[in-house]
Amino acid sequence: MSPGVAAKSLADLNLTTEEYEAICDHLRREPNNLELQIYSVMWSEHCSYKSSRVHLRRLPTRGERVLLGPGENAGIVDIGDGLAAVFKIESHNHPSFIEPYQGAATGVGGIIRDIFTMGARPIAILDSLRFGPLEKPQNRSILKGVVSGIAGYGNCMGIPTTGGEIMFDDCYSFNPLVNVLCVGIARHGDIHYGKASGIGNPVIYVGARTGRDGIHGATMASAEFNEDAQAKRPNVQVGDPFMEKLLLEACLEAMKKGLVTGIQDMGAAGLTCSTCEMGARAGTGIELQIELVPLREEGMTPTEIMLSESQERMLLVTERGREQDVGAIFKKWGLESSVVGTVIADPVLRIRNAETVLAEIPNRTLTDDAPRYTRPLSPPACAGGALPSLPHVDPRAALIALLSAPPIASKRWVYEQYDHMVRTNTLVLPGSDATVLRVKGTGRAIALSVDGNGSYTAAQPMAGAMASVAEAARNVACSGARPIAATNCLNFGNPEKPEIMGQFSDVIDGIAEACRALGVPITGGNVSFYNETAGKGIHPTPVIGVLGLLEDATKVVDQWFKAEGDVIYVCGAGAVSLGASEYLRTVHGLSAGVPAAVDLKAEQALIDLCVDAAARGLVRSAHDCSDGGLAVALAESGFAPGGLHGVSVALDALGSENGDFALAAFGEGGARVVASVAPGDAAAFESLAARVGCPARKVGIVGGNALQLAWRGVRVVDVAMAELFEAWSGSFARQLQ
Amino acid sequence: MKFGIVIFPGSNCDHDAYHVVKHVLGEEAVFLWHGDRDLRGSDCVILPGGFAYGDYLRCGALAKFSPVMQEVADFSAKGGPVIGICNGFQILLECGLLDGAMLRNASLRYVCKHVYVRVETDRTPFTSIITPGRVLKIPIGHMEGNYYAAADTVRALEDEARIVFRYTSPAGEVDPAWNPNGAMAGVAGICNKARNVVGMMPHPERASEAALGCEDGKIIFTSVVRAIAGSCV
Repeated sequence: MSPGVAAKSLADLNLTTEEYEAICDHLRREPNNLELQIYSVMWSEHCSYKSSRVHLRRLPTRGERVLLGPGENAGIVDIGDGLAAVFKIESHNHPSFIEPYQGAATGVGGIIRDIFTMGARPIAILDSLRFGPLEKPQNRSILKGVVSGIAGYGNCMGIPTTGGEIMFDDCYSFNPLVNVLCVGIARHGDIHYGKASGIGNPVIYVGARTGRDGIHGATMASAEFNEDAQAKRPNVQVGDPFMEKLLLEACLEAMKKGLVTGIQDMGAAGLTCSTCEMGARAGTGIELQIELVPLREEGMTPTEIMLSESQERMLLVTERGREQDVGAIFKKWGLESSVVGTVIADPVLRIRNAETVLAEIPNRTLTDDAPRYTRPLSPPACAGGALPSLPHVDPRAALIALLSAPPIASKRWVYEQYDHMVRTNTLVLPGSDATVLRVKGTGRAIALSVDGNGSYTAAQPMAGAMASVAEAARNVACSGARPIAATNCLNFGNPEKPEIMGQFSDVIDGIAEACRALGVPITGGNVSFYNETAGKGIHPTPVIGVLGLLEDATKVVDQWFKAEGDVIYVCGAGAVSLGASEYLRTVHGLSAGVPAAVDLKAEQALIDLCVDAAARGLVRSAHDCSDGGLAVALAESGFAPGGLHGVSVALDALGSENGDFALAAFGEGGARVVASVAPGDAAAFESLAARVGCPARKVGIVGGNALQLAWRGVRVVDVAMAELFEAWSGSFARQLQ
Repeated sequence: MKFGIVIFPGSNCDHDAYHVVKHVLGEEAVFLWHGDRDLRGSDCVILPGGFAYGDYLRCGALAKFSPVMQEVADFSAKGGPVIGICNGFQILLECGLLDGAMLRNASLRYVCKHVYVRVETDRTPFTSIITPGRVLKIPIGHMEGNYYAAADTVRALEDEARIVFRYTSPAGEVDPAWNPNGAMAGVAGICNKARNVVGMMPHPERASEAALGCEDGKIIFTSVVRAIAGSCV
């Protein structure tokens, strides 16, 4: 290769000259074209985590309930009774911008495969979505496409989509974020790993045939987009949820019958990734006969076959002699299974066509020994700055504007398109802080929440990341569940820019500190860099999924007020600020200032109060105060599915540290929960709060038909709940018209 | 009594129906594989919800060719109680065991939510112990639930009291605002002339336990248990 040609073709493959030299060192020769293409995908940012690995090491990954941390297809935690929850969150941002329906659909398909490949039955999906403002038609169209893609795939799979969040900011206009979390349940003994064990064992390919779709999808997701992004549509895969449903049932049946030694889905980098990773994990190798791979179209080259990201495919290893048994199960489900290779002792990925060896690469050079970069980083420029003095606005109008704002308004239009009830485990329907799922056959339930706040993280990366962990944990605790583990999806811009790596590093430190403090180790996740189009990047956006365990499912708590006369408490020692708040953005059209400081001790005390009070049956409702502050939280708690509940609250009761009404009503910050307590339980609740060291201030009562807020003896807001409900419930659909 | 629950490729409410029959009602439940010509001695057959054959071509269009459906047709011809829930209802329509067809929802979107249906007749095994006029709160979850039939078919359904469930307000009033999918005559469920085959779009198996917030669907299963027990005496 002449240097000029090499540089050009390397650039097309997103490889640097140094990386090319490293490949030659690993192989002790020059790679052929197939080998070079394989290195290109496996060393892509998406597959190798080359920019993030040195930082990810700082995350806490161990805990008494963690059975398996990062590194496999998903994390696993013990939930008692010999059962485990298997869960992970992943992004599908780039494809969802290019082709929203298929991008989102295959994102759902991919994370579902990650869960059932471990031997778990998937029981729920949650989505964390971010779009540009709905005023722009393109953003509305992306949102509608993403929502129908998630619905189209998840509904057909019979896995309920039970929760999530949707946020908006202009930085997501050309970089929408689609992060999908899936959780499954497995018996400890049924857990399977992606390992190619047992020399001589057959390697079996199951599921859909290999086509030319999605070739170099992983490479696409490892670079910025320019104006021609739409031309990358052929890199996006097309999903077939029916095929995946059959694959799910067949794989679980084969595993249950003890026919599966190791199994891995073919996601990013397809056959390449599954073969070398399964070998690397077991210290073995796989010899693949490429002519045996089932193909969808004729004339595919070995490179196309190895790099295809066709969906709904799995690779499994069985014991020698069991091929027919495996084949029978897949045939029963109408699926093909083909022996395509053998487990070998040499720790290499060897690709043959009949007798000819087309490629031979040491597995570890594709996986563990892939490049890892300590990229230059500069301290992130914190957005925000000082808060200007704000003009007076009518508090009632401000409250209505906030309740109508897309991040806060009811997402019924979205979640009604998702089957959120199939499998009949959904104890709390969408709309409350956390999704709660019973675990059949036990008295327990698990709770999940996914949260992130790009505005906070842009203002202060480390504190914003801590706030995201705390919010997810708090939401889970509101349901009565004890947070036990976390997963993270880290969405960032171009890691080759020092300020982006600076943000990333700070965010990792923030997540690490908060996860440690709140006892929720990170069990897995995903990093998505290069969320930039035409040089414009997103806010640093870590999205955290926290999983909690509710020992007694009958003690589940939701966010809605239950009865007239119940006492309303604002619990937690969290401070508030109008900096980077939804109030500032929606009512004043500003993004300025910094969020309130995160107090992890206060968060832990509040979690203890929520969990212990729920276990003792002392709370009727608990709702996190987040976007829009206390006034919005009170209104939302009043929007009970069974009927509206008014409230009468004196904000002065919160104490004198709150400077003015707007700060008290609309200020945001962590460690605050609105709880309602039956009058007869108030004394017990207060003494419990004192015992766990969490302030619980009595601020008012549930009752009437209006939301009434008093401030320094004056009733500042008095508005009919019906009017607030109308603003909140219909706004999202109206803004999509 | 024994309930047989058919599994088509793509069924996904099969386990939910099984759970209610076995663990909520305490009755016997068996799965029936779509490829087998065997109902395994079932006293009642449930065609569960889901996406049989991915709903490709048309909901239920491919499932009607499954070998088990011939057995279901024979069973129903002998008077055996059969209920199709959601996708199961669509399959019964495609097989011609029930009259009419399903269009896409008027909203052109999938819709999952609780709805209210008024029980119109107690002359089916699945409503045998429900007082007509009673309103049940049961969730739906479908993209194609917009019931459609020729005018004379709908007239016959009305005249012969074969509309079993109708979408209404919580107070039991027929009102387009409470019709979630645009179904003709507010049809949420119908039966055949012999009244032993019932199809319904709402999912009673999702509303049979207090823990899930609503138990209104359970009476549909207990009705058929009583009806069969009664017919055996």
